[in-house]
Amino acid sequence: MGLKIGVPSKGRLMEQCFDWFGARGVVMRRTGNEREYSGAIDGVEGAAMVLLSAGEIPRELAAGRIHLGVTGTDLVRETLADWRAAVLELAEMGFGHADLIIAVPEAWVDVETLDDLDAAAAAFRAAHGFRLRIATKYHRLVRDYLRAHGVADYQLVDSQGATEGTIRNLTAEAVADITSTGATLRANHLKILNAPPVLRSQATLFAARSADWAPVRAAASALMARLGLPDDAGLW
Amino acid sequence: MSIPGLDPAGARAVGAELFAAFQAEGAQPVEAAILQPAETLLDLYGEDIRARAYVTTDPLEGEMMLRPDFTVPVVQAHMRDGAEPARYCYLGEVFRKQESPGAMRLSEYLQAGYEVFDRDRPLDADAEVFALFSRLLAPLGLRAATGDIGILRAAVTGLPTSAPRKAALMRHLWRPRRFRALLDRYAGRSAVPPARAALLARLARGEAVQSDAPHIGLRSPAEIAARLKTLAEDAETPPLAGALVDGLEAVTAISAKSPAALTALREAARAMPWIAASVEGFARRLEALSARGIDVEALDYEGSYGRTTLEYYDGFVFGLYAERRPDLPPVATGGRYDALTAVLGQGRSIPAVGGVIRPALVAALQRGA
Repeated sequence: MGLKIGVPSKGRLMEQCFDWFGARGVVMRRTGNEREYSGAIDGVEGAAMVLLSAGEIPRELAAGRIHLGVTGTDLVRETLADWRAAVLELAEMGFGHADLIIAVPEAWVDVETLDDLDAAAAAFRAAHGFRLRIATKYHRLVRDYLRAHGVADYQLVDSQGATEGTIRNLTAEAVADITSTGATLRANHLKILNAPPVLRSQATLFAARSADWAPVRAAASALMARLGLPDDAGLW
Repeated sequence: MSIPGLDPAGARAVGAELFAAFQAEGAQPVEAAILQPAETLLDLYGEDIRARAYVTTDPLEGEMMLRPDFTVPVVQAHMRDGAEPARYCYLGEVFRKQESPGAMRLSEYLQAGYEVFDRDRPLDADAEVFALFSRLLAPLGLRAATGDIGILRAAVTGLPTSAPRKAALMRHLWRPRRFRALLDRYAGRSAVPPARAALLARLARGEAVQSDAPHIGLRSPAEIAARLKTLAEDAETPPLAGALVDGLEAVTAISAKSPAALTALREAARAMPWIAASVEGFARRLEALSARGIDVEALDYEGSYGRTTLEYYDGFVFGLYAERRPDLPPVATGGRYDALTAVLGQGRSIPAVGGVIRPALVAALQRGA
């Protein structure tokens, strides 16, 4: 069914995605009633829209079931092992900005840097008999980051939502989560460590390396021309 | 994943030969469950093992891991009902997640292992394991690399600085980048961040440093106060002499044939007399290796060998590599892990050394793949 473009199926991310394509002459719209996940693309012959949860788009890209997809860099890098081998970043889209950061209670006046976190983790483990817990849903990214920065004596505990509340609930001592303004963190009496973010994420247009590009070459080239992107990604 | 050129039947045949050879040395075969309790392994190895081991959930036992190595179950079995001295061997699959599809790494492979628990003659036990592996793998013409984490530990233990600083360096022996950053800080070579300088100044004036935010979480106000005290004390600790830091880094950077390495280590021991006993241990190990037919003149020593693997080796470490196949992981690796037995022994410990061979790689190299 032609060149498949996966886009987030709801919310601000979907609207901003439609705006981004619309500003470049590619009109995306939902079809059917408001609750029906179907949509259409005008302006590029042979292109079809697939509405998906932003969290599923990385896997659909890796499997080659869609050719192009819009999702956050955070989700691609967290979900896919060796993401560079699976997808190609075509364009950063300038919205959906969020940083993946590590935060600790504001009351920890002795902890400002990763160095401090490491030292606090060592003392915590000695005092409590288990490793300092960091709640997150970004296990791969956080682990790689902490390994690269030489932080030890921590453990990651899974938190798929309301991560900022885990410290108050005594299920974690620190959190690693996405934030755009930091308001939720402040409201929960947490502060961001003085360190480079684990990842600066934004909505990005990705291409799937393993998709079958041969039948959709013309549509891909036409779309790239419309979007003002180079037509030599090496995939089609 | 599968790798072309590797042949499971060939690997099993080689594994059986190695297993028989280990038993001929007097090693007792041990079995280990494939499903291991995750908690013990996580506690020992930290979060890195979760990235590398397959974790699953048992409805009754909780979180379990597919056996990432045999060392832990073998030590546990010995601690439960082993006689001393003891030699053990095993043959079985281990499981490690691999993140890069291009790399020549298997997620499931056979390991043939040999472990010696001997309280009385540790240096000779080191030599025994290394000489046995060298003899069994001699036809493959592998290159051996060796190191000695014990010398690094001794170098840190004897440093003329505070106990917390030494403890921090010891924790990070296995993270060379952080180790170096700590050394630079303790030598006064890196600038104190402004926020930290301000905090230290307030502590020095005797001000109570507290946040306006309410206290939340399990890490208690007393723990925070204790760390502030540690920070204040650390700020008063005199810097390490630059020459000492350079000397320590030089020890970690040695890369030479063993006799030249011994000369360099003895030279380093003149400035750091607290490593002299470990260096003489290294010399005696070379004699023990020599007595077992190893050509120590040609044996490579690397000061930092073993520092980036899982952190349980704490003495002699070695690896055997196929130089014509740099794409392959080491064919055999091993080392001494006395401290691990103390952690698993709940108060008891025994000096232990051992290693593993990967039969699939041996089979591939034998076929000239």
